Amino acid sequence: MSTSLWPRIEPLLARVTKPARYIGGELGAREPVHEPGRVAWLLVYPDTYEIGLPNQGLQILYEILNERDDALAERAYAPWTDMERQMRDSGVPLFSLETARAAADFDVLAFNLSAELTYTNLLNLIDLAGLPVRSRDREPGAPLVVAGGHCAFNPEPLANFVDAFVLGDGEEVVGELTEVLVEHGGAESSGREDLLRAMARVRGVYVPACYEARYEGGRLAAVAPRFGGVPERVEKRVVADLAQWPYPKQQLVPLVEVVHDRLNVEVFRGCTRGCRFCQAGMITRPVRERPSAQVDRMVREGLARTGYDEVALTSLSSADFSGIEQTVASVINDPECSGQVSVSLPSLRVDAFTVGLAAEIQKVRRTGLTFAPEGGTWRMRQVINKLIREEDLYSAVDSAFAQGWRRVKLYFLIGLPTETDEDVLGIAELARRCAEIGRGYHRNVTVTASVGGFVPKPHTPFQWFGQNTIEELRRKVGLLRDALRSARGVSLRWHDPEATAVEGIVSRGDRRVGEVVEHVWRAGGTFQEWSEHFDLGLWMDGLEAAGLTLSETVYRHREQHEVLPWDHVSAALHRDFLWQDFEEALAEHGLEDCRWTPCYDCGACTGLGVEHVVASAQPPAGGSQGTGQDISGGDRMPVRFLGSDAVLARSGA
Amino acid sequence: MIARLKFTKLGKVRWTSHRDVARMWERALRRAGLPVAYSGGFSPRPRLSFGLALPTGCESLAEYLDVALETDLHPEDVMHAVAPELPAGVGVVASGEATSGSGSLQEEVSSCTWEIHVPGSSPEGLRNSVSETMAAAHLPVERERKGRSVQDDLRPSLLSLSVADCAMHQVHEPERPSPQHMSGPHPQDQEQHPPAAVLVAELATRPRGVRPVELAHVMGIELGLSRRTRQWIERDGSKYEPLDERAAVAAVCVERAS
Repeated sequence: MSTSLWPRIEPLLARVTKPARYIGGELGAREPVHEPGRVAWLLVYPDTYEIGLPNQGLQILYEILNERDDALAERAYAPWTDMERQMRDSGVPLFSLETARAAADFDVLAFNLSAELTYTNLLNLIDLAGLPVRSRDREPGAPLVVAGGHCAFNPEPLANFVDAFVLGDGEEVVGELTEVLVEHGGAESSGREDLLRAMARVRGVYVPACYEARYEGGRLAAVAPRFGGVPERVEKRVVADLAQWPYPKQQLVPLVEVVHDRLNVEVFRGCTRGCRFCQAGMITRPVRERPSAQVDRMVREGLARTGYDEVALTSLSSADFSGIEQTVASVINDPECSGQVSVSLPSLRVDAFTVGLAAEIQKVRRTGLTFAPEGGTWRMRQVINKLIREEDLYSAVDSAFAQGWRRVKLYFLIGLPTETDEDVLGIAELARRCAEIGRGYHRNVTVTASVGGFVPKPHTPFQWFGQNTIEELRRKVGLLRDALRSARGVSLRWHDPEATAVEGIVSRGDRRVGEVVEHVWRAGGTFQEWSEHFDLGLWMDGLEAAGLTLSETVYRHREQHEVLPWDHVSAALHRDFLWQDFEEALAEHGLEDCRWTPCYDCGACTGLGVEHVVASAQPPAGGSQGTGQDISGGDRMPVRFLGSDAVLARSGA
Repeated sequence: MIARLKFTKLGKVRWTSHRDVARMWERALRRAGLPVAYSGGFSPRPRLSFGLALPTGCESLAEYLDVALETDLHPEDVMHAVAPELPAGVGVVASGEATSGSGSLQEEVSSCTWEIHVPGSSPEGLRNSVSETMAAAHLPVERERKGRSVQDDLRPSLLSLSVADCAMHQVHEPERPSPQHMSGPHPQDQEQHPPAAVLVAELATRPRGVRPVELAHVMGIELGLSRRTRQWIERDGSKYEPLDERAAVAAVCVERAS
């Protein structure tokens, strides 16, 4: 009997938008053979193909699993609403792209969790696979539902639906879980409880069914093991040496256009800049650089193999990579590339050195340059520990305009701890000044200030902070709109404060938030990160049905010793360190990067027995943000950047 | 020089769009290491020029592409170099040099021949419909243009229409010289086309390219798989294909002869 659903899928394609999202056929895709003794993983990204395909985590695991004799992996993404309707109408379940096999025929459905607003999609995909969404309702032979990725560091809102979470780097764990499944005869084995317990014994794996959540007076009191043999606190996994894991070796090249449609080479993992709002930086410590010779080889071979004309050197702050200048130079001067290859460095630091680097790599197509000062005033930036001095910022912008860029985009957060209206208005002031600097070089320049509402994240110093209300964020956006109404060359964009609130419900929610997620999904609320589908009303109904409120789950400041829903999972960070860093924030103290200064004992290196792997003992050239430079005058602006009005104001004073 | 390649688009890959195909070719040419010429200016692009866009979901035996090269190469060598880099379903079947002085494919092609599956119809039933359609003085069709509904007459663009003698056979891709990055369709993936009568139509591309779906609409028939089989250039009262096949070497023949 054929297992391929393709003959039933193809007739649907003529009726949907972008049908090529459902055909697979990427360069680098495998078509594994399903056979007894091989654990079949379906790797699922709970958003559209265009968003999910480039995800490097999924691609790394795809290759590692397919290289094993005892495992195989295929992929699936969330079908867009039109395709989902067609599938449901004609009884076609969620299927794999490679062999068009039904999801329920796999042993494991493994989800990547990159964003909270995709959670309802995760439920929808389990349902579309033909499985009950709640773990406890699934039959013994049903596939296991596993999830990993950054959001797994607060697993509780999905604890009712996901059988096992993987914390941290997945490279080694997927193999260990495969071995457990092989021993237990795959998901088919009768003793699902035994299987789950065995999985819970794998380091870095959290099995919610083995833990019980207790509440007292409407608040979480504990999440504790239901029986012995499972850890009280699940520690994340870390691969110590990226050089051992040069993946993806064969990055997928899709037939259709996707986001980040380029070669991606990860140059390091982890970040110790210590930005206090940034969950990614906190949970991925320590810093582990890839040897620059390996980066060079991955870039060269990757470009030749894929035919891409763009390569991104990815990390949380790529200008900090020890070998950055040499690596960039070797790509640009490679005769094979003959000047046609562009390099992009996502997450750029804000300083003139970085702009120089950008100028070197973008000899052509100098369209827009993006910086993320995050805070509008030096005071605010000290609070969030994004130590960009006024001087660094304006020099960077000046140098960008001087070198031919006409569009500069600036990212900011509003709703940060201790924020005053002056800090908010500082954003407008800063953007206005940048445009003014630009007009010194070009007649028309555009400075876009992009403003997002701050959502406190687990395992960060701000995890205790009560999020700003929808109304407060709206008011702050209003302040900025008013301030920038007549500003020439400045455009303001902002993230929907309602979506920020919903992100907040899930970000720090406990198990009870699972009921909210389920309620929203049952009411048809999928693709909530897409503004055309987002619906605050569904979430408010869900909160009410679960007996929760926005003020309790989102807006409330947590107490210092309160039990937090993610206390039983660990990113190796000491809670004391986080609290202390929160206090430092409130005192407006910045902390330097610990790669080049003494250790603050956050817990990552010591707890994991892994050290920072950094090729250079020196901070990067021209490095800003508290890498050894004097930050005492961080609020001072060089005279050359003072606009004419400022000069006048001063002389008049 | 400018090399002109003729290629197919068959099977699953038919669901990709015209733009997807353009990107797919850019990457394949780079992987093949061919010296493709780039445009100048702030945003250099490889100088590729495609013919008429094939509607997403349609197959084709006759797509064309002009590639500007920095050095003179034998078109056959270009064909052999790029063929292994293309996804399953896209096969280069002929190559030649685009004669200088001739216009672009877009400008030159004046009509295309299509095979159109009509599911659930018998050849006999279709013949009546064909005669009626050909006998009509006007074939009005409504379409959206700049947000407004416009009425077009399809009849002048319908150059010929008939019912094929036998059902369209499964066209297999030509053998290719080296392994593909994407394996061929699995036996179970072969499309199972239900019994269908097949129309053969020649549709003009000027003043605008008429699509098979529009023809099906005016005929009031259900549209199955459509496949473009030929593109035509009319010059001095004669019809040519963009690569004169007598001069060009068909890949299939080369492979079989060797």
